[in-house]
Amino acid sequence: MTRALVSVPPAAKRGEIVDVRAMIAHPMETGYRMGPNGAEIPRDIITRFVCTYDGAEVFSAEFFPAVSANPFVSFNLIATESGTLAFEWTDDKGQIETASAEIVVS
Amino acid sequence: MRRPAASLVAFAALALALLGGGAQAGDIAPHERRSGRTFMAPETQAMQADDTTNPGMLWVLQGAGLWDEKAGTSGRSCAGCHGAAEAMRGVAARYPAFDPASGKPIDLAGRIRQCRSARQGAPDLARDSDALLALTTFVAHQLRGMPIAPPKDPRLDPYRETGRQIFTTRMGQLDLSCANCHDDNWNQRLAGSAVTQAHPTGYPLYRLEWQGIGSLQRRMRNCMIGVRAEPFAAGSDDFIALELHLMQRAAGMAIETPGVRP
Amino acid sequence: MTEPIALEPAGGPSLGRRAVLAGGVGILVMALPLRALARPSLEQAVASFTGGAPVSAGRVRLTVPPLVENGNAVGVTVEVESPMTDAAHVSRIGLFNEKNPQADVAIFRLGPRNGRARISTRIRLATSQTLLAVAELSDGTYWSSEANVIVTLAACIEDLS
Repeated sequence: MTRALVSVPPAAKRGEIVDVRAMIAHPMETGYRMGPNGAEIPRDIITRFVCTYDGAEVFSAEFFPAVSANPFVSFNLIATESGTLAFEWTDDKGQIETASAEIVVS
Repeated sequence: MRRPAASLVAFAALALALLGGGAQAGDIAPHERRSGRTFMAPETQAMQADDTTNPGMLWVLQGAGLWDEKAGTSGRSCAGCHGAAEAMRGVAARYPAFDPASGKPIDLAGRIRQCRSARQGAPDLARDSDALLALTTFVAHQLRGMPIAPPKDPRLDPYRETGRQIFTTRMGQLDLSCANCHDDNWNQRLAGSAVTQAHPTGYPLYRLEWQGIGSLQRRMRNCMIGVRAEPFAAGSDDFIALELHLMQRAAGMAIETPGVRP
Repeated sequence: MTEPIALEPAGGPSLGRRAVLAGGVGILVMALPLRALARPSLEQAVASFTGGAPVSAGRVRLTVPPLVENGNAVGVTVEVESPMTDAAHVSRIGLFNEKNPQADVAIFRLGPRNGRARISTRIRLATSQTLLAVAELSDGTYWSSEANVIVTLAACIEDLS
């Protein structure tokens, strides 16, 4: 089950710079910690985050183990057209989680 | 390794200070009561205050999904009986409450587990499992901003008294009681950390140290480990009694769930 | 992350816990220097980001609290002076640290559609150290800013180990 919270203003004026925030539940296990038996806990992190605006990539990020658990990122976007902002997180195992939000531009 | 070592030194220093008799014993005056939130750095307070940055909201979201999900042999969801979660407003503020079935007090997480097994016929959710924490956080979140309202149920009184005694009893290798820090030295610091008044206003809460959400009992377990005491078992009568005392001590303070703490 | 080893206390007699404690110290003493040797330096990480191009100080504002309560989630904001047009914009922002086991923290790709070259995130810092933000501009130049952060230690942690 994807637990992701994305924040996009539902409406904006054309040309307005809006604030976008995205947060997803993920342990971001660094691979540098040891478990109760002294064995290393294997690395399990989200390595890539992508935001597309009506299908076109407008922002992306590459994460390393120093990004906090339940990674949070915020950035800006110019509101150009009414459409869909899609968010995609890919982890070490290649598993992809998604979320999306609509924006109405007038 | 640096962190445990440093905190050990800090605890030892605090223990020495307390032995020196600098502290004054006694309850916190009502007008001096402060949520742990107010002791935090402005950045951490801001993280809690905005739902788009508060990581605890991820568990509220999960809990909302579980609330509507049919479970167990009954084929019913929480919502199937209770309706919209807003109906739970005022409920969580009263927990722990007296449970006639067991003849003992039960906390909110315990009540949810009981509901699942007895009414939904669903598999048990372990204490401190993500699913139980999510449901508890979701229900408690419905009352954010409402005052903690412990029930005036005389059947709870003996347990509250037990809780008060545990709170004021020295324990562990460092020989400190809860009250030594949280009643008598709440305006001090323990190494870099603020010693707070230990009001359970934000639970379950997101602790940066845990990198996840956790229960009040998990936090108390951390405290007991801190003073080198053997922690009570999860869900034990002792922990429930302590919860009862803490809720009574914080009666009237606003619920913040999900809180964020360092 | 130099997280404390997450050993559960034995839960049984305290002697068991002491034995575990002693074991934990031994493991760390042996493991840490090896880790330190294997870790590429901050300079190497930045060089792999820039492809060896020179980095000038300026144009970048790196905002981070000077004193943080817990190194597990430190709020960081990077803002770069740029018109963010097709002709002149920020194409990448790299975030690096000095003393974590890995120098890379995150790399962000931006463009003219962002309107403003500003990102925020939350990162882990194993200890007090210097953070570095490097911006790649569309003209191929690199600009940077650094900040010092003091990480305080949590007092009541999960387990002793």
